[in-house]
Amino acid sequence: MDNLDKIKHSLTKRNRAEKRFRWYGRLAIAIGLAAVIVLFTDIIGKGHGAFRITYIELDVHYDQDLIGVSNLTDPSQLADGNWDAVPKSALREKFSDVSSRRDKRRLYGLLSNGAGFDLKDRLLANPLLLGETETIWILADDDIDTYYKSWLDGEPYAARLSDKQVAWIDQLHQEGKIRLQFNSNLFTRGDSREPEQAGIRGAIMGSLLTLILTMLLSFPIGVSAAIYLEEFAPKNRWTDFIEVNINNLAAVPSIIFGLLGLAIFINFFHVPRSVPIVGGLVLTLMTLPTIIITSRAAIKSVPPSIREAALGMGASKYQMVMHHVLPLGLPGMLTGAIIGMAQALGETAPLLMIGMVAFIVDIPAGFSDPATVLPVQIFLWADSPERAFIEKTSAAIMVLLSFLIVMNTTAVWLRKRLERRW
Amino acid sequence: MQATNILLMIIGLGIFAFYLGRGRSLALAAPLGGIRKLHSLPSYYGYHAALWCAMPPLILLALWMMFDEPLINSIVISSVADELAPTSAASYNLLLNKISNLADGILSQKGQSPALIAAADHMASLQRISRWALTSLMLCLSLLGLLWGWSRVAAGFRARPVVERVMQNLLLACACLAIFTTVGIVLSVLFESIQFFRSVPVGDFVFGLDWSPQTAIREDQVGSSGSFGAVPLFVGTLLVSAVAMFVAVPVGLMSAIYLAEYANKKVRAFAKPALEVLAGIPTVVYGFFAALTVAPYLRDLGAGFGLSVSSESALAAGVVMGVMIIPFISSLADDVITAVPQSMRDGSLAMGATQSETVRNVIIPAALPGIVGGVMLAVSRAIGETMIVVMAAGLAAKLTANPLDSVTTVTVQIVTLLTGDQEFDSPKTLAAFALGLMLFTVTLLLNIFALHIVKKYREQYE
Repeated sequence: MDNLDKIKHSLTKRNRAEKRFRWYGRLAIAIGLAAVIVLFTDIIGKGHGAFRITYIELDVHYDQDLIGVSNLTDPSQLADGNWDAVPKSALREKFSDVSSRRDKRRLYGLLSNGAGFDLKDRLLANPLLLGETETIWILADDDIDTYYKSWLDGEPYAARLSDKQVAWIDQLHQEGKIRLQFNSNLFTRGDSREPEQAGIRGAIMGSLLTLILTMLLSFPIGVSAAIYLEEFAPKNRWTDFIEVNINNLAAVPSIIFGLLGLAIFINFFHVPRSVPIVGGLVLTLMTLPTIIITSRAAIKSVPPSIREAALGMGASKYQMVMHHVLPLGLPGMLTGAIIGMAQALGETAPLLMIGMVAFIVDIPAGFSDPATVLPVQIFLWADSPERAFIEKTSAAIMVLLSFLIVMNTTAVWLRKRLERRW
Repeated sequence: MQATNILLMIIGLGIFAFYLGRGRSLALAAPLGGIRKLHSLPSYYGYHAALWCAMPPLILLALWMMFDEPLINSIVISSVADELAPTSAASYNLLLNKISNLADGILSQKGQSPALIAAADHMASLQRISRWALTSLMLCLSLLGLLWGWSRVAAGFRARPVVERVMQNLLLACACLAIFTTVGIVLSVLFESIQFFRSVPVGDFVFGLDWSPQTAIREDQVGSSGSFGAVPLFVGTLLVSAVAMFVAVPVGLMSAIYLAEYANKKVRAFAKPALEVLAGIPTVVYGFFAALTVAPYLRDLGAGFGLSVSSESALAAGVVMGVMIIPFISSLADDVITAVPQSMRDGSLAMGATQSETVRNVIIPAALPGIVGGVMLAVSRAIGETMIVVMAAGLAAKLTANPLDSVTTVTVQIVTLLTGDQEFDSPKTLAAFALGLMLFTVTLLLNIFALHIVKKYREQYE
């Protein structure tokens, strides 16, 4: 009786421990999932605003005397033209009671300081506008943009504005002359020191060029290496050594590949800094192990009966690999390649080492143009002190994450679609 | 640009050679009674000709690109006028740079000494000669190869084994690239590190307690002696990694156990990929999250309890790094736990143990080597992680074990020392390579050891 009581007592204890253990497991998974949710809501919450930007409506007069341009085809006149005067005079006309110098400077601060050049581009596209007046929406300054958005949300952030500027914005809002529009600059322009003019087009092009090069180099080399190791390699020390090397390279910190790129490609072979060629080479070396390992798995999954059938029909070993094993393993290899490319797309640290952190305004057009890539652009913007860049950075992260999601879902879809069960 | 054109031309010639060789073999076979009289299939004769046509010039191109620049440089320098002759390695490089910039037209010739301009002209003419020699040599080799490949086509010629042997060697070369990469990494960090250790003794670097790599421009400047004691960096790295492991190991391990032992199919199918999402997020995104969301939150939270938490605390970087590593540990642990044979579970359950007792007393001990291996791989990842700490941890090297304080890490210092404009052989820049060498050695040892354990463990149950 005594023993039975003991057992009963310990049983409830043990069952309670069992329950507790289960809850620990649930808690752990909940923490992981909560991290995913918090991360995504935080980034989307910070970044969604960047897809819209503040514009102000003004009556713009393209005054020939004011700009100092009479002939729009003369490049020297265009270069010397006083383009900033156009938006400034439009602002003075709108708020004609502003007279003191300081107030005028504050008034001009309403608009982006690239507004004059935007109007120049517009004028060059429509030469008939010279001397005419039109009512158009002009890009506002980033501080105005930050204030206007926060004001619309009900918690105005006016730390960087003067009272007069706030009053002007209020007046514009009453008249319906200030509004949020889709921020096309974000997708059509390169980097800029001015948040309202900065875009990710240059970074996206840089990423694209770098990835194309990485793909062109690492996929054929990786697949060849995998074929050799799976189908041709003799079982000896050299092969073991290659395998150990590949497995270790897969776990070497990415920044070390950056040091390799800096010392070998840039200092030894004198490849220029900051160009997609170096970036592509470094990322190729970095993604190779991933691609080799996944390709080997894909080759392994082809059943031996296929090989034996090919050899039985009189094919040479090489023909067996090229005509049968490779085509059957290709879907798996492609999946691995896409995953490797996704890894390369998100990589930042090695590219910092090879100078892809430079401030580059122009959009790269070729493999040897200075460029930056999307994750490095995110790093650069995250470092910028302007408040408006926080929003921009989050938006760039959203773009990067959507690229990655598309790539990874494609990989999963490919695997599901093309996978063969033997 | 010229190299691309030559390359395209060689590829074109190769394709031409393929059809020529194949055509010749077909023409030879027709009177003999069809292609079954040939030793190999006609396309192999084509491949044979194409290989002969394309391979020698490509090898030549690679060799040429490796050797022409140093050769031209040494010829120019040795023929330069006496008053310019370099005295030290530094002035040698300076002179060379100047001449090559003049030769490329980057530097204008105005105001340069006539001797320098003469040297630049000499270099430009040598470069021109080299380019033309290369192009014509490659073309000759290619045509000769084409001719040879074409002439070898005969009914009895064993083309297939030759082609296959060459292809197999190409595959081997691709596989050896992994070795070259490792060798390249070792050489590049080792050479710079040796140079660094010439000016800073190894003992001072590994055991020194003070890190302030600012070296002076003038001799008499205040604080001119940069000190390179790396201990604060190692401590900082370990502190951040320890915080990360403190988050990642329990969470990752428990979720792996739950997913492998308790969860039904539906939960598993949802939770596993959802956790894997964390592994796919770029580290720069985690860095942004750590610096702008987690760090301020922790600082405010600490202020609420009357603690002063630095806004670049090791805690913030460590926690976020831990979150990043969760899926890494959980998927590795999941693999080893599911690899434990079912019979061991059944035996334990049959003895009356509850499921959690089975996990704790049977499965975990059986899977322990694999789990330890996985954790070690995770540690090596945490040590080498760069972006999170660059964005969220500090720059000042402090010798502290307080996770609320700001620390700096090895990777942060490598990035700060190497981004920006420095001369390449100052100790400041070389220190980054010495740090890289330490990082590479430590992670390599961890990886080899961990992979060894995991492999041993796998064999045990296979």
